[in-house]
Amino acid sequence: MVGLEHYLAVAGALFVIGIFGLFLNRKNVIIILMSVELILLSVNINLVAFSSFSGDLVGQIFTMLVLTVAAAEAAIGLAILVGFFRNRGTIDVEDINVMKG
Amino acid sequence: MTSADFSIVLPEFLLAVYALAALLFAVYTGKDKTAGLITWLTAGAFVVVAAIIASRVAGAQTAFNGMFVDDAFARFAKIGILLAGATVLVMSQDYMKKLDLLKFEFPIIVALSTIGMMVMVSAGDLMALYMGLELMSLALYVLASFRRDSVRSSEAGLKYFVLGSLSSGLLLYGASLTYGFAGTTNFAGILAVVKDGAPLGVLFGLVFMITGMAFKVSAVPFHMWTPDVYEGAPTPVTAFFATAPKLAAMALFARVLHDAFGGISSDWSQVVALIAVASMFLGALAGIGQTNIKRLMAYSSISHMGFALIGVASGTVGGVQAALIYMAIYIVMNIGTFAFIMTMQRDGQPVTKIKALNGYWKVSPPKALAVLFLMFSMAGVPPMVGFFGKLAVLQAAVAADMTWLATAGVVASVIGAFYYLRVVYYIFFGSDVEPLDKTKGGVANFVVLIAGVVMLVGIVNLFGIDTYAMTAAEALVR
Repeated sequence: MVGLEHYLAVAGALFVIGIFGLFLNRKNVIIILMSVELILLSVNINLVAFSSFSGDLVGQIFTMLVLTVAAAEAAIGLAILVGFFRNRGTIDVEDINVMKG
Repeated sequence: MTSADFSIVLPEFLLAVYALAALLFAVYTGKDKTAGLITWLTAGAFVVVAAIIASRVAGAQTAFNGMFVDDAFARFAKIGILLAGATVLVMSQDYMKKLDLLKFEFPIIVALSTIGMMVMVSAGDLMALYMGLELMSLALYVLASFRRDSVRSSEAGLKYFVLGSLSSGLLLYGASLTYGFAGTTNFAGILAVVKDGAPLGVLFGLVFMITGMAFKVSAVPFHMWTPDVYEGAPTPVTAFFATAPKLAAMALFARVLHDAFGGISSDWSQVVALIAVASMFLGALAGIGQTNIKRLMAYSSISHMGFALIGVASGTVGGVQAALIYMAIYIVMNIGTFAFIMTMQRDGQPVTKIKALNGYWKVSPPKALAVLFLMFSMAGVPPMVGFFGKLAVLQAAVAADMTWLATAGVVASVIGAFYYLRVVYYIFFGSDVEPLDKTKGGVANFVVLIAGVVMLVGIVNLFGIDTYAMTAAEALVR
């Protein structure tokens, strides 16, 4: 029987993979965008699992909102990335270094 | 949507309708030729909406089943956000025109992010919180990379986007845990659940949410985006970043901690206090080596956020009041300083090197004097208004039996005074270099002088801000 803990474990694992993807990746900004998506999707799994196991619909409504925002966020992220590529001609993470920080 | 709910969200609704109408108008008519007009219109709309909000005296009202709260606290924050936004819009016109950046999208994106901030400070539910926060953040990412042909600006936008979406993700994960273990997303519901001790899951959620919000107020250890974004973004955008969103995020911080987790203040006040101390010291120390005035202001804002967080950490009515007073003063100081940075030009080109200020008082004595007042105020030198902000938060910390926090605050404030005084030193005693331009007229010059005067005149009664902040804090802390 698959219980709530299993869903939470999967979501937790996805969340951690997303965070690590953000920080360890030294190659490509697209991978960062994918990691961000992964984090948001892990949250969605969390919300739907909680919602389903507590018989409360609010979590699923929350998921709809998160999905919408995630789409908008990806669109804006890609747009900024295109702008950056036009200026620098590269999207390597290592090349985002005009300002030290 | 019942009419009662509708009348409560009327300010946000009006602003949203205005933003869409302005966008349509600009696209169908002159596009960027209308930019100046739309900037003024947007600033006017902000002021009108602020007046509508100020005219409401009724206590707390909720709309949409508690999802949206309109109380004195939200009204205080909203009026501050709107007035700060309007001032930044008006004063940045000349600068934007000079850099060929005066596009009609600028005021409209500012308006959209302002709507997000208003929803955020009025949130009575995790969903409203998230939607408001994202509406603000998404608009701010675009603003940071507004200067599309500049490497720095697009890099600032990219960095802000990546770290900002990470922080939203952390906050959202916290929200999902809170929802799961408290069984509701409503702040009042969460408050009822955690009354007799919070479940472990809710505490985890709280920690993630504090992390996410600390990112938005740029508190240590989640501050690393601030210097780069402040340096890379166009100066008017930086001026906006340093004012309205900071107030909104700080108000949200206080709102979540008190409205949803007010019963367990012993669980979060130590965490917030630790963040506050780290921010104050890092802001004060790391600012010392800076040569770019926008980076300096970034570290200054990190340090200021630490002070405001002292008020939040003390977890009392006095603490929230002090944090609100501090934020109001901080915003005026920053608007004045950034207005001055916008007027720093040599041969018509913007300059951001601190060394360029050498001997500036010969160029424009009144403005040099105004900057002196602003810098002294930021450092917290007694006769200026900034001192009273610091005094208020330190008193709140002492009253809440956190004397160690107040002591740390005093030490950090002394260290931080160094870099503000260095700016003043360059202006009045610095060696002669090729002087900056003497910019005449323009709204920005006017704003610098007004802000300088406010720093002095404000000491009479702080313009009555403290009474409003008191009403606001009493509405929040129960």
